[in-house]
Amino acid sequence: MSGVRVLVGTRKGAFILTADGKREQWHIDGPHFPGWEIYHLKGSPADPNRLYASQASSWFGQVIHRSDDGGKTWSTVGNKFVYEGVPGTHQWYDGTPHPWEFKRVWHLEPSLNDPDVVYAGVEDAALFKTTDGGETWHELAGLRGHGSGPHWQPGAGGLCLHTILLDPHNPDRIFIAISAAGAFRTDDGGKTWLPINQGLKSEYIPDPNAEVGHCVHRLALHPARPNVLFMQKHWDVMRSDNAGELWHEVSGNLPTDFGFVIDVHAHEPDTIYVVPIKSDSEHFPPEGKLRVYRSRSGGNEWEALTNGLPQQDCYVNVLRDAMAVDQMDPCGVYFGTTGGQVYASNDAGDNWQAIVRDLPAVLSVEVQTLP
Amino acid sequence: MSVIRVTIPHHLRTLASSGAEVAVEVDGPVTQRSVLDALEERYPMLQGTIRDHVTQQRRPFLRFFACKEDLSHESPDALLPEDVARGREPFMIIGAIAGG
Repeated sequence: MSGVRVLVGTRKGAFILTADGKREQWHIDGPHFPGWEIYHLKGSPADPNRLYASQASSWFGQVIHRSDDGGKTWSTVGNKFVYEGVPGTHQWYDGTPHPWEFKRVWHLEPSLNDPDVVYAGVEDAALFKTTDGGETWHELAGLRGHGSGPHWQPGAGGLCLHTILLDPHNPDRIFIAISAAGAFRTDDGGKTWLPINQGLKSEYIPDPNAEVGHCVHRLALHPARPNVLFMQKHWDVMRSDNAGELWHEVSGNLPTDFGFVIDVHAHEPDTIYVVPIKSDSEHFPPEGKLRVYRSRSGGNEWEALTNGLPQQDCYVNVLRDAMAVDQMDPCGVYFGTTGGQVYASNDAGDNWQAIVRDLPAVLSVEVQTLP
Repeated sequence: MSVIRVTIPHHLRTLASSGAEVAVEVDGPVTQRSVLDALEERYPMLQGTIRDHVTQQRRPFLRFFACKEDLSHESPDALLPEDVARGREPFMIIGAIAGG
């Protein structure tokens, strides 16, 4: 493997950070799409030169760009996201019915084996798919049609479908998560969906054990073991060993179990990473210390990783799509902050360096391991 | 056939790879709808950025000015001023001054 390409979406544009396999010297390229909010950009696992980017703007709505040369040049593709049929209503913040309205694409998940196939998670929550490289998009409407849709309610960030995990062993199985509806799974390629929230407990909803209504912030899995899921919930770090059928808490000795990101080591399925955030009322690290926590036991036992990270007066946040791992050995771990720093570790989290310090607030971080 | 001058805001110029002002040809009555239809036909990447794809409603943070008047709340099928139809004045698409 020749190197890595880190794709960073920010409040004011996209940046592409590249390095060789040592991951010590970095080249910063950007901003791409300056001035636009880039919620997410991601490369195709089947073709590393094929990238997709989601641009959004309160003024001009949604735009999707595609690159066929690794981000050197971009062209616009389709931006028409229309809900299938009569959209109906979900709940508004005050509990009243509110019509489904498309606002933006939060997450783009390219297929594992076809560069022209991409899934898009959008606000208001729905899952769309393209099979022609982004030119046209159609909704996988079975998700909103599951029956619980009228009861979904937005989190503070909106009613967003922010996580899409494709099962590498089963092309018909997809996991998604919605704030604040919960996690769902399809086993038939998106036709029908099952809520997978049993075992979650959320004190901020009327029935803490409800089937839907949980504010799931992020899901992660290891490709070699896709039945084991990890979740950073609004509060609580959770784990399921049966593809989401049942969850149990693995927060263990974390200083706080609130947070947004969670990810899994590329080569060790039981090594997971989170960045604890003080609380839902105070979106910054506890004690002003930016610490990644690593568990090598699949949860419960956590160690603080601090070398190279600010340990005083640090009050940034790390948003839900802003952590990623590369496939190198040792595994690289990356995350971005609302303060505009992108931190990288080329030794699985033992040591960190800021690749870049002064970007706009980071919304998303993805990494490609280049052949 | 009328040649209509249209000014577009910075971010749309970037998307369209155009200058601040573009010219579009309109066949028939010169209205907001016919001008925007012509603009989107010439620059398809602008579809959905000025008007909603489905409802065709103007995006809330955009305004339409011409001849020192705000035409944003006029009917999309109302005739635009004669000076716009004759190409003496531009139809201006303006982004609201808001946000950070």
